Amino acid sequence: MEPSRHDTRLDSYLDFYADRTHGLTVSAVRALFSVANRPEVVSLAGGMPNIADLPRQALGEAVSKLIRDDGVRAMQYGAGQGEPFIREKIVEVMAEEDIHANSDDVVITCGSQQALDLVTRTFCNPGDVILAEAPSYVGALGTFQSYQAEVVHVEMDEYGLSPTALRQALVSLRAGGRAVKFLYTIPNFQNPTGITQPLWRRQELVDLAREEKLLIVEDNPYGLLCFDDDPIPAMCSLDGEVVVYLGSFSKTFAPGFRVGWTLSPHAVREKLVLAQESATLCPPVFSQYAIAAYLDNFDWRGQIKDFHDMYRSRRAAMLAGLAENMPPGTTWTNPGGGFFVWVTLPHGLDAQAMLPRAVSARVAYVPGTAFYSDGFGSRNMRLSFCFPTEEQIIEGTRRLGEVLKTELAIRATFGLEDDIAPKLGLQGPANDIH
Amino acid sequence: MSNQETVVVLSGGLSHERDISLRSGRRVSKALRDQGLKVVESDVNAELIELLRNLDNPVAFPTLHGGVGEDGGLQQALELLHIPYVGSTPSACRRSFNKAICGPLVARAGLVKPKSVVLPADVFRDLGAKQLVGAIAEHFEFPIMIKPVRSGSSLGATKVCSADEIAQAMVSAYSYGDVNVIEEFIEGTEVTVAVIEPEGEPVALPIVEIQPLSGFYDYTARYTAGETRFVVPADIPDGVAKACAEMAISAHRILGLRDISRADIIVRSDGTPFFLEVNSAPGMTETSLVPQAVSAAGWDFGELCAKLVGNARARG
Repeated sequence: MEPSRHDTRLDSYLDFYADRTHGLTVSAVRALFSVANRPEVVSLAGGMPNIADLPRQALGEAVSKLIRDDGVRAMQYGAGQGEPFIREKIVEVMAEEDIHANSDDVVITCGSQQALDLVTRTFCNPGDVILAEAPSYVGALGTFQSYQAEVVHVEMDEYGLSPTALRQALVSLRAGGRAVKFLYTIPNFQNPTGITQPLWRRQELVDLAREEKLLIVEDNPYGLLCFDDDPIPAMCSLDGEVVVYLGSFSKTFAPGFRVGWTLSPHAVREKLVLAQESATLCPPVFSQYAIAAYLDNFDWRGQIKDFHDMYRSRRAAMLAGLAENMPPGTTWTNPGGGFFVWVTLPHGLDAQAMLPRAVSARVAYVPGTAFYSDGFGSRNMRLSFCFPTEEQIIEGTRRLGEVLKTELAIRATFGLEDDIAPKLGLQGPANDIH
Repeated sequence: MSNQETVVVLSGGLSHERDISLRSGRRVSKALRDQGLKVVESDVNAELIELLRNLDNPVAFPTLHGGVGEDGGLQQALELLHIPYVGSTPSACRRSFNKAICGPLVARAGLVKPKSVVLPADVFRDLGAKQLVGAIAEHFEFPIMIKPVRSGSSLGATKVCSADEIAQAMVSAYSYGDVNVIEEFIEGTEVTVAVIEPEGEPVALPIVEIQPLSGFYDYTARYTAGETRFVVPADIPDGVAKACAEMAISAHRILGLRDISRADIIVRSDGTPFFLEVNSAPGMTETSLVPQAVSAAGWDFGELCAKLVGNARARG
C-alpha cells in the first residue's frame, strides 16, 4: 500500500507568528561564530569584558553574607522601578560623568539592553523612524527591528555623529511625513567605531535636539572606560529634558548580574516603570542587592582604574598588531577607551564574504554589515580588544593580516581588486568611517 | 549492549558547519538516551583521545559535518585507536566528501550527473583568470553552479546566470577552500534519498522532495523551520522515484559507504534524475532530511540510531 504523503514546513505555528518575527532566520554568518568559541580560534569578534581579575573570593564572601543576612528581601519580588538604595548608588556612579540626577528618575533594567527594549516599545509604532549613527550597535538595531521601526543612519565624522547630517535627515524625513521618534547615539567609544564625541559636539547635538524637539537616547556603557583622559560630561548633563540616558554595570563591573538603568525626564520615567512592570514585574532583585553590596564594600573606582590599565595594554597590542600586519590600504580608528577598533579594508574587499577564510585561519571578527540596517559596511570589520590577551591579540592580527593578503591576491587574480591599496598609498590609523 | 558500554556522540569540531554538527549531536544523543543507552557527548578536540581511552568499550557515533568528520580524518583516528564507530570508513568518507573525487567515480559507474569541471585557485593565477573564465563561459550554458569541493550545507555555493558573475562567485567559494567545482545547473525537482543499512544491506528510505520558499535551498532554507516545504514521499512518478532510489543505493555502493548516507538528486522535467552529491555524515537536526525520511519509513529515529550503534559494536 502506498504510504500517505506528508507535506510539511516543520513548523505548526507558521500562520500564528507576529509580523515582527519575519526575518528571524538562521544565518550562515552567525553560525560561523560557533567556531569562534573554540580555544584554537582567536576571537576578535565578541564584546565580552575581561572580568577574570575581579576579586572573586571577596565577592563570593559578600554574596554569601548577602544571602545569610538579607536573603529574605534579596530573593523576594521588588519594586518595578528598582530598589531605592541601588538607585541612590547609581546617582553616585553617574556623578562621575557630571550627571547630577534625582534617584526618583532612575529606572533599573535587566542590563541596558532591556532599557533599549523598554524605550523602543514605549515610543515606537511600526513604521516609525529611529535615527542612529552609521554604523551603530548591532544589538540596538535588532531591538529596533523587532518593533518594526525603520532605522535611518546618520553619517559620522572623526568627532562622531554629524549635526549637519542629522539636521538634513530630520528635515527630509519630517518633510516626507515620517514620524521620527528619537535619535539613538553612543557618544563614548562608540560601538562599533570606538569614536568619542568631544564636549562641543555633544553640546551641538543637544542644542539641535532642543531646537528640533528631538528626543536623544544616549547609550553609555563605556563612558567610564576612558584610558587616556577624564570622562567627558554626558549629553544628559547638558540638558536632561531632551535625553533618555542608558547606563550599565556590564562593562565597569560584570555583565552576568544584568543590571542597567535609565535616567529620563519625569513623564517618560512613569511610562518606563509601567513598561518594566508589564515586562518583568520587577528587575532582578538579587542582582540589585549584589551590585549595591559591591559598590558599598569594594573600591569600585579603583577597580575601574585597574580595568583601564588592562584594557589600555590590550588596545596597544591591537594597534601595534594592526600596524605590523595589515596590508597597505587598510585603515582603522584609534579609540581613547572602550572595547573596539573599526577597520576599513582596502577597496574591493568584503569582510563578510571573507569571514569563512578567516575562520579557517582561526581568527574571527564581526563583519561591518552587522552594524548597518541598510546593507552598508561590507568594507568594514569590528575588532574587539577587550577579551583576548595581548599575546592572542598580536597573533590574531597576524592571522588576520595573512587572510587579507590572501583575499587580496585572489581578488587580484580575478580582476576584482578595484583600486586596491598600493595605488592609494594609505596605511595606518585613521578615523575613516566609510 | 551491556550496561558498561558507552556511546560517544562526536560533534562540533572546527569546520564551518560546527553549529549544525552540535545540533545533530544533541538530537542523536537524546534519541540514544531515550533508547536506554549510556551516552557521552564530546566535541572533537585535544581531549577526545584521552576520553575515549578512559571509557570501557566505547562506540563512537560521529555527527560531524565538514572537515575531519567527513573527509575521513576522524574515522582514521578511530581506527588507529581501535574504537568501533557508526558510519563509513576513512577511504569511503574521502571519496564521498571531495566532489572532485566523487563526481568522476559515480559518472564512471554510469550514474547521470551534471556536467562539471574542478578548478583549484592556483590554476587561475597561473593561466590567467580572464582566459579561463572565458573558457568556462564557452563550455557551459548558463545558469551554472559554483561551489567549493569540500563543503556542505550549500556554504559558498552560488547560482551564476552570466559570465560577468563568474569571478565573484569563484572568489566567494574559494573563501571556503582552495578548489571549486563548476557545475551545469539542472532545473527540476530537488529530492534527497537517505540510505541506511540496519541489516547489512543498503535500503533506500522514502524520498524527500525539497521546495525552498526562496527558490534556493541555502543555509537559511535548510536550518530555519518554515523556510522550506518538504513532501514525503516526493510527489514524482513511481518510475522516477524508483530510479532515484536505485541511484542513491548505487552511489552508496560505488563509494563504499556504510551504515547511513544521503544522496542529493535533481529530477529534470523529463523525469531524468541527476546525481548531485552524497553525504556520509548527513545532518540529523530538527530540520534535517534523514530524520524525516526515517520517520516516513515507519522507523523510530532512536531505534535506528541504536541499531547502527549495535552494528558498529558487532563489527568491532
